[in-house]
Amino acid sequence: MSSSCIMLVLTNIKTQLKSFLLEIGELSYFTSRFFKEAFKRPFEIKELLRQCYLMGNRSLLLVGVTGFIIGLVLTLQTRPTLIEFGAVSWMPSMVGISIVREIGPIITALVCAGKIGSGIGAELGSMRVTEQIDAMEVSGTNPFKYLVVTRVLATTLMLPLLVIIGDAIALYGSFLVENLKGNVSFTLFFNQVFNSLEFGDIIPATIKSFFFGFAIGIVGCFKGYYCKKGTAGVGKAANTAVVFTSLLLFIIDFIAVFVTDIFYDL
Amino acid sequence: MKDEQHIVTHFKNMKQQPVVLQIKDLYKSFGNNHVLNGFNMILHKGENLVIMGKSGSGKSVMIKCLVGLMEADKGIITVMGNDITTLNQESLDILRADIGFLFQGSALYDSMTVRENLEFPLRRHTKKFDKDIDTEKLVVEALGNVGLADAIDLMPSELSGGMKRRVALARTLILKPKIILYDEPTSGLDPITAKEIIILMKDIQTKYNTSSLIITHDVDCARVISDRMILLIDGIDYAVGTYKELSASDDPKIKAFFKH
Repeated sequence: MSSSCIMLVLTNIKTQLKSFLLEIGELSYFTSRFFKEAFKRPFEIKELLRQCYLMGNRSLLLVGVTGFIIGLVLTLQTRPTLIEFGAVSWMPSMVGISIVREIGPIITALVCAGKIGSGIGAELGSMRVTEQIDAMEVSGTNPFKYLVVTRVLATTLMLPLLVIIGDAIALYGSFLVENLKGNVSFTLFFNQVFNSLEFGDIIPATIKSFFFGFAIGIVGCFKGYYCKKGTAGVGKAANTAVVFTSLLLFIIDFIAVFVTDIFYDL
Repeated sequence: MKDEQHIVTHFKNMKQQPVVLQIKDLYKSFGNNHVLNGFNMILHKGENLVIMGKSGSGKSVMIKCLVGLMEADKGIITVMGNDITTLNQESLDILRADIGFLFQGSALYDSMTVRENLEFPLRRHTKKFDKDIDTEKLVVEALGNVGLADAIDLMPSELSGGMKRRVALARTLILKPKIILYDEPTSGLDPITAKEIIILMKDIQTKYNTSSLIITHDVDCARVISDRMILLIDGIDYAVGTYKELSASDDPKIKAFFKH
């Protein structure tokens, strides 16, 4: 490879890194603005409730179906191995802990990043390019408060609820397999699930769901609110909102697991 | 000839009216692109002032600086005696209730019905109206003024381009503004609909006694509606005068605007 080629690659990396860091800086500023505006009057309660309803209601079916399939698949895949080790009776405990601690929150968050995050990115992006956000500002409304604060709060509040519902449906899916294949009763299955679960499993998972919801909302809003380059920019905003959020979700998940682990060690 | 005489007399009378909007030495750049290089203008009460310029000449930038949607690099913008560059957000929002803005693409809120689009600014400017205002009556009245009373429960996606522009105009009028800013009011419309919108603008001006600042590159629109015109060239107020005066100019830069 010639030196000019290496220089070209290095310049490209430098440009990419610079734009990535710039974006992180802008996102940090956007987040700080959210906290500043969220506690200022007037509070857009009506719009917040509308967004909560829209986000929760519209994602429920997708979260439910995904959770149900995850529960079925997890049980079907794990069953033969547990049978081999003579530990099939541990199935409800294993499925319960893995769904509540990790699989439920992250799968629900990823589904919502695709459904809600891209929706917010596209909606705000199209409002930006068609000057609806400017029109809102001219009519004396703070568009950041009306559009961004309400949406971010709605995703932050609704995601833990969706995670709980997704977990419950996933566990029900797992129970169906156990019932059909191992003739395990509903009471026995769920008794075992709840006996194996501790607050140390539920609380960190719930707290991390709030952070997941916040990440979905803030990235979706950030990408949409600063959307440029016309209708092509709207598609890009929706797309990058999902990609960026998904990456952020895994980073948050890693930090959450790391922090939880420290508390377990204490 | 009689009409032209009337316009000239009307323009002379206009000069005696108080100034409602003034821009002094406005500068705005985007990187190395210097869009406005010391632009000046004055709008009198009840006047229809048209600003013409080529695409990308900074007309929309200027109008956005006027309502605080964009921050100017340098210059003074005075709206009804208030320098908007020094106003805080609350005072700016109160002032905005007296400035109507008709956006180029209508900018109707997609997720709301026509009724909700019109109610939205009313609910935001409660200080301007009594608590007991009949919003329904005001919405119906505003829609009636633009001939779209039947479209009250439609969604913006169900409206044609001309209808959207009318609804946007009704939304602008509902706050009973003292100044209306029109950003390319006829762009994207067929000639007949464009003519209807121009007539509507004239009717509104007469009925509500508003001052209007119209940004356009539509010569027909300028001819029909303007009391006075400013040609925005190279970021400055290159030429100021009535349509008749400017269209008779020998300056090639000015002549280029009036070639059909």
